[in-house]
Amino acid sequence: MLQETPRKLIDESGIRLDGRGLNELRPIKIEVGVLSNADGSAYIEQGKSKILAAVYGPKEVHPKHLALPDRALLRCRYHMAPFSVEERKSPAPSRREMELSKVIREALEPSVFVEYYPRTSIDLFIEVLQADGGTRCSGITVASLALADAGIPMRDLVAACAAGKVEGRLALDLTDLEDKGGEADVPLAWMPNLNAVTLLQMDGMLTMEEFEHVVNLALQGCKQIYQLQKETLKAKYVTVKEAVEE
Amino acid sequence: MSSIMVSRVKQKQIAQLISSGKRLDGRGLTDYREVQLEDGVIERAEGSARVRLGKTEVMVGIKIEVGEPFPDVPNEGVLTVNAELVPLASPTFEPGPPDENSIELARVVDRGIRESKAVALEKLCVEPGKKVFIVFVDIYVLNHDGNLIDASAIASLAALLNTKMFNYEVKEGEVKIKPGYTSLPVRNYPMAVTFAKISDKLVVDPWLEEEQVMDARLTVTVEKDGKVCAVQKGGYGYFTMQQVLEAAKIAREKAEELRKLVVKG
Repeated sequence: MLQETPRKLIDESGIRLDGRGLNELRPIKIEVGVLSNADGSAYIEQGKSKILAAVYGPKEVHPKHLALPDRALLRCRYHMAPFSVEERKSPAPSRREMELSKVIREALEPSVFVEYYPRTSIDLFIEVLQADGGTRCSGITVASLALADAGIPMRDLVAACAAGKVEGRLALDLTDLEDKGGEADVPLAWMPNLNAVTLLQMDGMLTMEEFEHVVNLALQGCKQIYQLQKETLKAKYVTVKEAVEE
Repeated sequence: MSSIMVSRVKQKQIAQLISSGKRLDGRGLTDYREVQLEDGVIERAEGSARVRLGKTEVMVGIKIEVGEPFPDVPNEGVLTVNAELVPLASPTFEPGPPDENSIELARVVDRGIRESKAVALEKLCVEPGKKVFIVFVDIYVLNHDGNLIDASAIASLAALLNTKMFNYEVKEGEVKIKPGYTSLPVRNYPMAVTFAKISDKLVVDPWLEEEQVMDARLTVTVEKDGKVCAVQKGGYGYFTMQQVLEAAKIAREKAEELRKLVVKG
């Protein structure tokens, strides 16, 4: 499945390799309630990235001593399948995956009313089946839907999207090639109702002005993704409601 | 990591003071604690530094070895950053393999150095595709009193700046050490500036008890020309967009201040 590295990632008129404009998201397909064992689950395809998320809980905490007296323990595991990337990834958790598990948990926890379920755990699993850039953001988007699907009370959905700088141009939702060949990548997670940035990272180099633009660009992406999230949930529960009424 | 207990009264006091623009230890909201820097503290290491940021204390040692390059960059040396939260530094640190806190700490410091291209890795190639120098940056936290990221970033940069590379020659494919040293090629100076959000205000360089009270944490790393080269949000709370942009602006000024302490001349 080797791809050749092309010479230019963006052509003169601002069209990217996959035919997108600079401010365009990749095609996104989301489903909720895809796994029968989980209390909540969701699946997302964003371009070539394919990610599954499942929520178990609130449930009894194992091991017990980790239980918190005043709130639920939210745990998160971001993990990539060995076949999800070009060169096989060892299934053991890497340092990158451990860091991402932490920041994803911290991106989602502000949205959950953890204080409603003291002494329990809410376990969140994100499995990247195929990675093509922006997997932490797609992971947050899909995990937030899985939490909603599990019926866990939330302040808002969390939508996440990255923007960055590629060949001197600021662009939304970078693919893996654009990320690797680009100058900067800024993933951002956002809760619109609270105007809350719950995840923000950056690597690369940007001037202050560029940084401000990129952050705003990512925010625009989050807004579009938030709409998709809401539509997906509505579509699912409208059909459930109809089925119940019949 | 279990947390340090801060009494409710003190938590409230810290938060209330900050909402009126003051801090319990008398600092202004954007003031750093006193920074003390010593370099060359470990003779066995190729480079080293010890930083005190208030009561927070971090030591960094640099070791250089010969090893294989990554296949995708066969002409470049390798930089690895590792952090140890050693149990003597805090009652909350446990012995054992690195947990997510130490991994995050190392990776945030790493990102600043790597993305600003501070170490000229292309000059650390011995034989393309076969032998390069590997620069190990080992962060050793000795006393935890908050803001480990900034203290570690300062110490790492200071240690890199006083790192001496042994002279060498290549004989029959083997690297032989010759007498004498040259300094490690360092061409950029990234400085991490960390904010805590408390009472909906941004506070620079939180100490431990402020970290227990804070809603969220934001680190902005700025390189020598004022460009942002790494950002990391942490903690369970959130920032507004306005706060993010404000933090970036403050970080630029603060990074400049810190840089003067580390980079002399």
